[in-house]
Amino acid sequence: MIQAFAFYLFTAIMLFSAVSVIFARNPVHSVLWLILAFFNAAGLMVLIGAEFIAMLLVIVYVGAVAVLFLFVVMMLDIDFSEMRAGFIKNAPLGLLIAAVLLAELGLGLGVWHSGALQLGVASGAAATPEGLSNTAAIGALLYTRYLFLFEAAGIILLVAMIGAIVLTHRQRSDTRGQNVGRQIARRPEEATINVKPAVGQGVTL
Amino acid sequence: MIGIEHYVAVSSILFVLGVLGIFLNRKNVIVILMAIELILLAVNLNLVAFSAFLHDLTGQIFAMFVLTVAAGEAAIGLAILVIYFRGRGTIAVDDVNRMKG
Repeated sequence: MIQAFAFYLFTAIMLFSAVSVIFARNPVHSVLWLILAFFNAAGLMVLIGAEFIAMLLVIVYVGAVAVLFLFVVMMLDIDFSEMRAGFIKNAPLGLLIAAVLLAELGLGLGVWHSGALQLGVASGAAATPEGLSNTAAIGALLYTRYLFLFEAAGIILLVAMIGAIVLTHRQRSDTRGQNVGRQIARRPEEATINVKPAVGQGVTL
Repeated sequence: MIGIEHYVAVSSILFVLGVLGIFLNRKNVIVILMAIELILLAVNLNLVAFSAFLHDLTGQIFAMFVLTVAAGEAAIGLAILVIYFRGRGTIAVDDVNRMKG
C-alpha cells in the first residue's frame, strides 16, 4: 500500500518535472526541474531495491552533470527568448511523432501483457546471492565478471575528461605567468644595490 | 501492487517526453542535451526495473555503464558548446553551417 503510494507520488513528480524541463522558458529552470526528475527517478529505483544505482544517479547526475549544465547555462550569455521562435511551428510534428512513439511502446506493452510475446527468463548467473545487500552483490559481480568492461568505462571517462579539457583550454596572451627559470637564475647582487647616502641628500635611482 | 508494467509504462512516457523535448526546442542545444539526459534516464529506469523484477543484476551493471557514457557525453557536448559559443557568439543550431562548401 505504502509502496504503491510512493510509486505514484514519485512518478507524478518525475513526469511533471520532465514536462517542465521541456517547456520551461528559462534554461536555468530547466536544469533545476531536471534535478528534481533525477531525484524522483532515484526514489523509484530505491522502491524496487536498486539502491546502488539510485545513489549513483544522485551523485553522478545531480552532483556532476546537472551542476555542469548549470555552469554552462550561466556562463554563456545567450538571449534564450529568441531561441523559442520555432517552438509553436515545431509543435505539431513533435507532438505527432511523440504520439506515434508512445502508441508503439504501448502496443508492445499490450502485446506482452496479452501473452503473445514471451520474454526470456534470467539464467540466474547474475542473481543476488542470499543475504547480500544490493551494493555488495553489484560489487561482487562488477569486479569479477565485468572487470574489463569496468576498466573500459574508466577509460571512457578519462578520454571524456581529457577531451573536455583540451577543447575548452585556451592559452591567453594577456596574462603574466610565473617564469620559474628566470626566478631561480636571479641573484641578490644583480637585483639589489647597497647605498649609503649622506644625510639630507637622498638616493638617485 | 506495483508490477513491471507500471515501471515500463512510466519509462515509456519519460522516453517520449525526451523525444518531444528534442523536437520542440530545436534551436536550443542546451535543452536538447537535457532532453537526451531524460531519454537516458528513461532507459536506465527500464533496465533497473527489469533487473529488479527478473532478479538478475546484469541490468543494473549495464545501467551503470549507460550512466558513465551519459556523463562523458554531457561533458564533451558542453565543452563543444562552450568553444562554439566562444567563436560565434550564439548557440543557435540553425546557424551551424560552417562545413558547407
